[in-house]
Amino acid sequence: MTSAASAIADAPARSINVQAAVDKFNALTNAHIASYLDACVHCGQCAQACHFHEVTRDPRRVPAMKLAPITKVYRRHKAPFAGLRRTLGLAPELSRKDLEEWEELIFDSCTMCGRCTVVCPMAIDIASVVALSRQAFVAAGLGPPDLLQAADNARDRGSPLGVTREVLKDRVEWLADEHETEIRLDKPKADVLLLISSIELMKYPRSVVAMAKLLNHAGVDWTLSSRGYESTNFGFLAGKPDVARTLIARITEAAEALGARTVIVPECGHAFGVLRWSGANILGRPLPYEVRHITEFLAQHKRDGRLRFKPIDTSMTYHDPCQISRRGGATADARYLLDGVASDFREMTPTGNYNWCCGGGGGVQALGRAAEVRHEVFRIKMRQVSETGAAMMVSACSNCRLTMDESKAALGWDGELESLVELLAVHLDDTASSAPRPAR
Amino acid sequence: MTAMEFIEGPVWYAASAIFVLGIAWRIAAIFMIGRARDLSVSRRSPIVGAAKAVLLHSVPHGGNLGRTVYHFVTGYLFHIGLFALLLFAAPHVAFINAGIVALPWPAMPHWAFIIAAEAAFAGLILLYVRRLTDPVTRQLSDVDDHVGVWLTFVAMLTGCLALQEAHAGLRMLHMLSVEALMIYFPFSRLTHAFTFLLARVNTGAALGRRGFTP
Repeated sequence: MTSAASAIADAPARSINVQAAVDKFNALTNAHIASYLDACVHCGQCAQACHFHEVTRDPRRVPAMKLAPITKVYRRHKAPFAGLRRTLGLAPELSRKDLEEWEELIFDSCTMCGRCTVVCPMAIDIASVVALSRQAFVAAGLGPPDLLQAADNARDRGSPLGVTREVLKDRVEWLADEHETEIRLDKPKADVLLLISSIELMKYPRSVVAMAKLLNHAGVDWTLSSRGYESTNFGFLAGKPDVARTLIARITEAAEALGARTVIVPECGHAFGVLRWSGANILGRPLPYEVRHITEFLAQHKRDGRLRFKPIDTSMTYHDPCQISRRGGATADARYLLDGVASDFREMTPTGNYNWCCGGGGGVQALGRAAEVRHEVFRIKMRQVSETGAAMMVSACSNCRLTMDESKAALGWDGELESLVELLAVHLDDTASSAPRPAR
Repeated sequence: MTAMEFIEGPVWYAASAIFVLGIAWRIAAIFMIGRARDLSVSRRSPIVGAAKAVLLHSVPHGGNLGRTVYHFVTGYLFHIGLFALLLFAAPHVAFINAGIVALPWPAMPHWAFIIAAEAAFAGLILLYVRRLTDPVTRQLSDVDDHVGVWLTFVAMLTGCLALQEAHAGLRMLHMLSVEALMIYFPFSRLTHAFTFLLARVNTGAALGRRGFTP
């Protein structure tokens, strides 16, 4: 039994509302999802692409297994011929046991990285089914306590790590003084609203300084806003759509108050994925601003000649955060930023849109009980980096970075991990002048 | 009415109706569930993404050939062999020409039938061996997976036995097994023969608009 399964088994008895899960599954099964549930032929090829199966060889930790609870509800209630199946007793109802047995698979064993979709002959997007399934499990009263708490913290305190408005102001003031960098907070009007992730602010604060330095140098009219600053959306990851909506509404209200045309998501993969591709759908209306990941935004300014960087001799490779590359469509931007900067750049195999996940996406990073398997997943990354011979692995996601830093410490790996924006800020070519936009 | 006339008459028409209407309903019912419009601003064309997904997922990609070569080879052996038999076997061409529609192509020669049948049997058997022996597929498989394989196998086997048309009984057995398969088809996972297209198009459109078709 895995540590996660043991933790679930040892947890106090919970009240489970199976009907609530059934109702939620039914409500969330749209034509896209139905086509997936109808197309899966149980070929098991998705196992070949899943990092959790790769390191555990556990036949239950297979992406297609995660379709089982929603498929069971679909076949009984919503699928073609559901009535016939019910009449013949061929479509049993979802049970409490099903929910208990699948909880670990839905929350602990899927980072929603989407790698399984690449290998699936039917192209089933299992990650999107897992995201919906989490909502049904939470409706039933299930879900990992630490993930649910992170979502509640975000709703009640402004961030999953307790970064309240006051903490934000204190940290920003301290960072600005400490690093002698202007970090703009609560300007009344700005073209660009910069978000932060609380992981960065609390664990990797240099990343916030680096973004400020780069945006200032490029002459961007930007600000942070204490009305909406947290980019991560643990409501989405924890299967709490009400919280997800609240968090997106906060950002949107802040952007509207500023008159911002662009919202920049910092180095956080899922924060980008949720706001960029699900934000409008969760909010129920088009977003009144464009959403750019920091790598996209910086790449544009490098193209425009507003940012130039000094070369770096250290050999390096790049870890693609799944939600920015494979599921985000911004794979090329990080490489463009490193082009001409990294003198000795080496790609991993596989890389780019096909890269292996860090093991901590989709909220799995927040689960204490999943630490053991995350560390095992990191061995894949260790091997990949080792094969390149690169001295440094760079990434553009603080969640990946935190996951890999923890695994690095747990496994005693001596490779170097670095943030892309921090690296760029340190190697900013100050001799190149920027052409600042007129202040608003 | 003889037993053969009954099997090739009313039973055949009933099985055909269940097959066609069942599949049509299965696909229509999925569309009728509907979905909300995606309000995010697309980066690339969803139509191009859908087309790419349909083509890309016909072959292993993304560096996964080595990991999926078994399914790739056995899957294509079975499907190509089966469709060759279905559309080009001489008795099938004669049957379709006589009762359904005049096909614009000739029947394949005997040697081609043998190759197609061997490919189809080899593919189906190897896929089924994998289903029974691999811990992952064993865990995933349910009754429907096994019934679908066995019905297909029996239809293919009786077809080969009836090839020479030496005994009317063998032809009757083949017709009956095919009709059983056609009746079972719309209610089973065998409909992936049609729904694969829906799944690929949906994923290709939804993710292709983001900028990368997985």
